Amino acid sequence: MRVEGRGIIDRSRPVRFRFDGRDYTGFRGDTLASALLANGVRLMGRSFKYHRPRGVLSAGSEEPNALVEVLGKTNRTPNVRATMQEIFEGLETRSQNRLGSLRHDLMAVNDLLSPFLSAGFYYKTFMWPRRFWESLYEPLIRRAAGLGSLGGVADEGVYEKAWAHCDLLVIGEGPAALMAALTAARAGADVILADENPCLGGRLLSDGGLIGGEPAANWIAGVEAELRALPNVRIMTRTTVTGAYDHGTYGALERVGLHRPARPNLPRECFWRIVAARAVLASGAQERHIAFPMNDRPGIMLASAVRTYLNRFGVAPGRRVTLFAANDSARATARDLMAAGVQVAAIIDPRADASNVEDCPVHTGAEVVGSRGRHGLRGVRVRKGSETFEIETDCLAVSGGWNPALHLTCHMNGRPRWSEDLAAFVPMEAAVPGLTAVGAANGSFSTHGALTTGKAAAEAALADLGLRPAGVALPAAEDAPYNHRAIWAVAGEGRAWLDFANDVTVRDVRLAAAENYAGAEHMKRYTTQGMAPDQGKNSNVLALAVLADATGRDIPGTGVTTFRPPYVPVSIAAMGAGGRGKGFAPERLLTSDQASRDRLAPMVEAGLWYRPSYFPKPGETTWREACDREVRMVREAVGVTDVSSLGKIDVQGSDAGRFLDLVYTGMFSTLPVGRIRYGLMLREDGHVLDDGTAARLDDRHFLITTTTGAADQVARHLDFVHQAFCATWDLRLTPVTEVYAQFAVAGPKARALLDTLLDAPVGDLPFMGYRAVTVGGVAARLFRISFSGEQGYEIAVPADYGEALFRDLVARAETLGGGPYGIEALNVLRIEKGFLTHAEMDGRVTAADLGLGAMISAKKDCIGKAAAQRPGLTGAARGQLIGLQSDEPISAGAHLFRPGEAITPETSEGHVTSVCFSPVLGRWLALAFLRNGRARHGERVRLVDHLRGLDVICETGPPVFLDPDGGRMRG
Amino acid sequence: MAELIAKPVFAGQGPLEKAGLTLEPLPSGPIWLVALYPGAAARAAKLLKPLGLSFPEPGRCSSADDLRLIWAGRDQAFLLGAAPPEGLTDTAALTDQSGGWAGLSLSGPGVEAALTRLVPLDLRLREFPPGRAARSLLNQIPALILREDETRFAIRVPRSMARSAWADCALALERLEARAER
Repeated sequence: MRVEGRGIIDRSRPVRFRFDGRDYTGFRGDTLASALLANGVRLMGRSFKYHRPRGVLSAGSEEPNALVEVLGKTNRTPNVRATMQEIFEGLETRSQNRLGSLRHDLMAVNDLLSPFLSAGFYYKTFMWPRRFWESLYEPLIRRAAGLGSLGGVADEGVYEKAWAHCDLLVIGEGPAALMAALTAARAGADVILADENPCLGGRLLSDGGLIGGEPAANWIAGVEAELRALPNVRIMTRTTVTGAYDHGTYGALERVGLHRPARPNLPRECFWRIVAARAVLASGAQERHIAFPMNDRPGIMLASAVRTYLNRFGVAPGRRVTLFAANDSARATARDLMAAGVQVAAIIDPRADASNVEDCPVHTGAEVVGSRGRHGLRGVRVRKGSETFEIETDCLAVSGGWNPALHLTCHMNGRPRWSEDLAAFVPMEAAVPGLTAVGAANGSFSTHGALTTGKAAAEAALADLGLRPAGVALPAAEDAPYNHRAIWAVAGEGRAWLDFANDVTVRDVRLAAAENYAGAEHMKRYTTQGMAPDQGKNSNVLALAVLADATGRDIPGTGVTTFRPPYVPVSIAAMGAGGRGKGFAPERLLTSDQASRDRLAPMVEAGLWYRPSYFPKPGETTWREACDREVRMVREAVGVTDVSSLGKIDVQGSDAGRFLDLVYTGMFSTLPVGRIRYGLMLREDGHVLDDGTAARLDDRHFLITTTTGAADQVARHLDFVHQAFCATWDLRLTPVTEVYAQFAVAGPKARALLDTLLDAPVGDLPFMGYRAVTVGGVAARLFRISFSGEQGYEIAVPADYGEALFRDLVARAETLGGGPYGIEALNVLRIEKGFLTHAEMDGRVTAADLGLGAMISAKKDCIGKAAAQRPGLTGAARGQLIGLQSDEPISAGAHLFRPGEAITPETSEGHVTSVCFSPVLGRWLALAFLRNGRARHGERVRLVDHLRGLDVICETGPPVFLDPDGGRMRG
Repeated sequence: MAELIAKPVFAGQGPLEKAGLTLEPLPSGPIWLVALYPGAAARAAKLLKPLGLSFPEPGRCSSADDLRLIWAGRDQAFLLGAAPPEGLTDTAALTDQSGGWAGLSLSGPGVEAALTRLVPLDLRLREFPPGRAARSLLNQIPALILREDETRFAIRVPRSMARSAWADCALALERLEARAER
């Protein structure tokens, strides 16, 4: 219920929201948890395993219990912490992990079975029969235990990723963080202040107090105003720093739109990568609970959370509150409650020597040993000495002390150090280079300690950055000592929870120890303690203490589990932002792209390029009809296709020829100007890297081509060879793929077509010849090369002219009975001729396998030559390129067997790489690798494709099916 | 005889104004890659001097009026705005790349806010002042990025990826605008 006069919520702005189908009203500034508590709702969830009724434990991102589903119009987000979800008009939420209603969860039957469901239960029980595990046991267990559920549809929400850079990253928003930010900002450093809450102040917003003689709120407002006015400060609220990585890089998750109604283009979350020269970790501390019997009922929460709900949200979580704490600071919660008019039933303090001077009953030397209330706390049982008594109460505020929130300091393998004074782990210094933990995160629990250490860390960072501190006065503040006694577990009847999120109790940890899972890491895995979404923030230290006790060791001797990123759960959608659809695959478009689409050509991806598959004509119903027509068109008249996506690299300098001799298997330094040569490149390991052509444009200038998909790989390879082996040569390599639009003109009428186009006739340009030409006055390059086996040319113009030239070429081709062809036809044309692509040059084949062994020049060395001669890379035992023919459909990827042999992986003699139907030959053709294939031309092999259900007898032969002498392309 | 009509990469594309920033195509013009041969630096300096240019240090740009000589890699620079001077042919490998690049201009107060969605570099004014250039990434697209002045960046990407680059920039602006709406 609300308490008048408290909190920083905006009471003039009521906000309506829904939880489990019911309408509620809160105020702007409320979290879902505070608004529900204000409405008297204590039951917010069901536990993971036993389906116990649960309420809110904390008021921060470490919340283990109050996890809900947020329902958007198109998406559903499970496991949202009610303590972090701000309410907004129209927010729709519901509880999760239940069967039936939250109040009457049918799965609560698990709770009755809890005596049998202890740690290791699954491992021991579901062993037999073995096959039942996958079909029966696992699905059942998964249904019974769990978190929220996904919506079943892809999340179409907008997510974003971004970078930020600064001199000093301050993580946190409490007094230590503000002091550090102010100190660095005044000195002129670029500061990013990042924290997960929507407003600055940290614990000061909950604890109040005086700073510099004024209410803390005034100090916060003053610092915030100054920071916001400075151009070198960026305040990132609602931004949780999730991980510390190498070189001062931090991951951070910003809730951009999760606290507002959805809107087009508004990101839900943004994942930041912040690069900071120095960082200050001022993430505060997290309060521990106490493992007393039946400590999990709705209404039992951390004392600091009770204080936060009261002072920050103006909500009393109960009408009659009891405090159970073994430290002085928690008593402030009781005093604040009483000052606000909330009844405090009692203070239970296990310390026998603690003060009992309060305005309410104080039981020193006492412990809570039980609780009651099915859906919410109604009373607690207290033991003092030998007597026990009941206290009627609807809210128990618990404090077992504080754990510094040091998680980020462990993200680069640093282990924290145990502090006997604080009964807590504190950060190891310099565990993350450049990051300093300050304030409560470093064990300085007073406000004075926070301010002092925040300022000192910022000054140290400034010194590292070469900046002079500008002088920030340290305001006076509370400096109370941390008077406490460590209390972990309370003995008594009933279960005592350590890890609420995963339903792990003291008994489970003791059982793990008894069954010799006594190491911290073993216990964790055996019990699942610390493996829930809260990553053990609420339970790690408690569980270690219980384990230490069970195994007769001290806590530091028992160990500590590892904290890994992320600090809070990060949605995959945020980390993968920008990767949906074509987000990580930019489209590379040909200059002829629009012209092809105008002709309704379906586009297919080749690497990142989009190339026309075929150009359908009216009446054609399948791609095969179009493809067959285009193949015949090229063989009989003339076809035009865009080959701009092939890689093109300019090789210039007086050592250009020498360089090509080194990287190609053949000889290029002797190539005359104006001539082109086919070349094969090997990797250093002797396998084929790529093939292509090199044209000599002038004495010191070559232009080489690569296959489309290997363009980058070849460019990288050439750069490596240049830099590693011949850096001093007179040589420069420049990729020019994008600079030219290049079109193949192929077919018996190719020359006739070009003669109508070019400013001067083609004349007698020989096969594998090059000439500079002009088209309508535009300088162009003409290459006589053929990937179709027909009379073929490729013409290149500056990219700006690409579209115009393509349209012109196609129009001219059509007057000659030709037209455009796509890569389906291009593929058929090249298979008929036995020309290679990366289907054949798949990275595992050698020149000898391809039948191109003779291309490795004996007159010179080249990259890969020596390795290509290794035993195992040569010889008849390897698959050799052959051709296959069949009258029945066959498929690429199929394997080849001897007829009559058993079909097993071991008896496979080869595989098929490329397949097409040849409309010219009227048969199915394939290129394949067959063991000792060249000696077996004329044999019959059995082709088996289990995937497509094919089993066909084929004839083997040479890989060139059409015009083996090449008369058509030379003529 | 043929008559070919040139179509620059962003032909017909108007500016996009969102979140107080402007995205627009850069006017097309000559772009040459100048790759110095080993030991040619002194000769190159002499040939560039009459243009008011010097061969840029890594990550820098040398400017004179509309001419830019932008560092593009080891011993390499892009010459924008004119063809290379006579005589440079023996000093450097020259390639005319004019149609190979698509240029985008992104400008306006706080323009870095849009670019930090797309570019992993530290673009703070102090670290990346006017005249600084880098080859980096625009989302997934290789890009040459030049800061022209405090509020304006010139970004050049391979021509084939122009549409994706435009879409990536436009999306960043739209999201910034959505963030700013209350």
